[in-house]
Amino acid sequence: MKSLHLPPWLQATPFALVFALFLVLPLLLVATVSFWQATDYELIPAFTVKNYVDVFNGCANTEELCVTLKTYLSTLKFCVLVWAITLLLGFLVAYFLAFHVQSTSMQTLLFVLCTVPFWTSNVIRMISWVPLLGRNGLVNQGLLGLGVVDSPVEWLLFSDFSVVLAFVHLYTMFMIVPIFNSMKRIDPALIEASRDSGATGWQTVWNVVVPLCRTGIVIGSIFVVTIVMGDFVTIGVMGGQQIASVGKVIQVQTSYLQFPMAAANAVILLATTLMMVWALTRVVDLRREL
Amino acid sequence: MSASRRPPAFYGLAAVFALFVLFLYGPMFVIFVLSLQGPEGGLTFPMRGFSFHWFGKLWEGMGVVDIAAAFRRSVALGAVVMVLTVLLSLGAGLAFRRRLNGAGALFYTSVASLIMPSIVVSLGIGLQFRLVDTGLQALLTQWGLDGLLEGYGTAMGLYTSALGAHLTWTLPFGLLIMLAVFNRFNPAYEEAARDLGATPWQGFRHVVLPLVAPSLVGVGMFGFTLSWDEIARTSQAIGDVNTLPLELQGLTSTVTTPAIYALGTVTTLVSFVVMGATWALVTWLGRKR
Repeated sequence: MKSLHLPPWLQATPFALVFALFLVLPLLLVATVSFWQATDYELIPAFTVKNYVDVFNGCANTEELCVTLKTYLSTLKFCVLVWAITLLLGFLVAYFLAFHVQSTSMQTLLFVLCTVPFWTSNVIRMISWVPLLGRNGLVNQGLLGLGVVDSPVEWLLFSDFSVVLAFVHLYTMFMIVPIFNSMKRIDPALIEASRDSGATGWQTVWNVVVPLCRTGIVIGSIFVVTIVMGDFVTIGVMGGQQIASVGKVIQVQTSYLQFPMAAANAVILLATTLMMVWALTRVVDLRREL
Repeated sequence: MSASRRPPAFYGLAAVFALFVLFLYGPMFVIFVLSLQGPEGGLTFPMRGFSFHWFGKLWEGMGVVDIAAAFRRSVALGAVVMVLTVLLSLGAGLAFRRRLNGAGALFYTSVASLIMPSIVVSLGIGLQFRLVDTGLQALLTQWGLDGLLEGYGTAMGLYTSALGAHLTWTLPFGLLIMLAVFNRFNPAYEEAARDLGATPWQGFRHVVLPLVAPSLVGVGMFGFTLSWDEIARTSQAIGDVNTLPLELQGLTSTVTTPAIYALGTVTTLVSFVVMGATWALVTWLGRKR
């Protein structure tokens, strides 16, 4: 099957080189630097575990949670909330598109309709909530006008609520696409068979559709979990720079040039995220299904 | 689920879908409308007049930030990322069709890149270039090249560290698309070309390339728009100058005029123009075939 004179390894070399230079090498460096010392202006390649000790400083205390654990709990809380909401919403939207929309062209049209906003800047989509949720925003104007509340609701913007809302707004697409793909691969005969055997609609969904699209569910979940775990932009902008997250800690430390500390935090973040991804892939054998 | 009689679930799900679309587009539409505020208008409703005033303000620049320069940088970087994403993904896609040692490792590395927390990648690339700087400065000192040393700032930049950071984000998408394309590719066409006496290059140039061209255009669009909107991976790896999304992120906490909505409208329009052009090109390529 020769399509070019070039041997395949040569064709793949530039591609592989990019990942070697800009992914593998940097990650190795992060791991190395996390064991280095530093002064205010330079890195000192001398082995130390002080950075890791500092990250968990005070975590042995059982009375009160240390800063690191609090930050991780806050990040995890967003992770779980966003995951649950995007999964439910993504599943419903994908189910509607895959099973209730009859014609393929209509399916494609509605699908594209959902994907278009994905191609505009995340920051734009975030700040587009400000005129809606702000103190003088549309929602508050509406609520005041209807007499539901006497004074503007404050928790709508720069709060946990607005952060979760923005995440759902930005990343539900990452759930819809893989789940929709899995659903499209389900043989309609299986669903018919389920109905013929006397299953109710719910039983069919729960016992046939959900198990058969678990690959899509897992892929979507991996995307959402890894994005939320490492995020600092959404939580920063939508939380009014007041809410802590692991990504934000790393970003702040690098801006103060505390690279070894930032690297230690990055290693812990990476380990945590990989464990979550690993747990998710236990549900399904991705290697076999891709 | 017959077309003649819709089950009750249809209406419930259709309502969910409609609300979801409203949820996706509603806020974006609001900032589009608000960017057309009159000169007296603020960040919220009601509208005080209608004008292109804030687009003018945007054109003049916002405070210390040179929006036009950031815009040009983002477009230029996006274009380079686009070209490289197309070429490198095509090369890897072709390589994956044949026996390739380490194909599995390469595939999983690019998937890992896709799900890696961006801040970690960004930090790593930033560190890498800092160490390169330190190393180069040490070398220059050792060789006594003080003239060069004085002029040297950093190896970090738009077309070094930032370009690499962007490629780790766009290439996995490119590879996945190419794999999907070549999975459905019928090798019989190539065999036919070979039987007719085509050299491998001719077979590639006149058979394979035209067949995958629409997908390559799609890969290019992915590359450009992903780069155009990228923040997290560039944040620690950009060096002295910022791309438009990074400037924009900085502006969110300081700018309190509708000019920021005007900027939002402009960048959204650029994304739409790129998508429209892509769609037109794909249709044109399809019809030509």
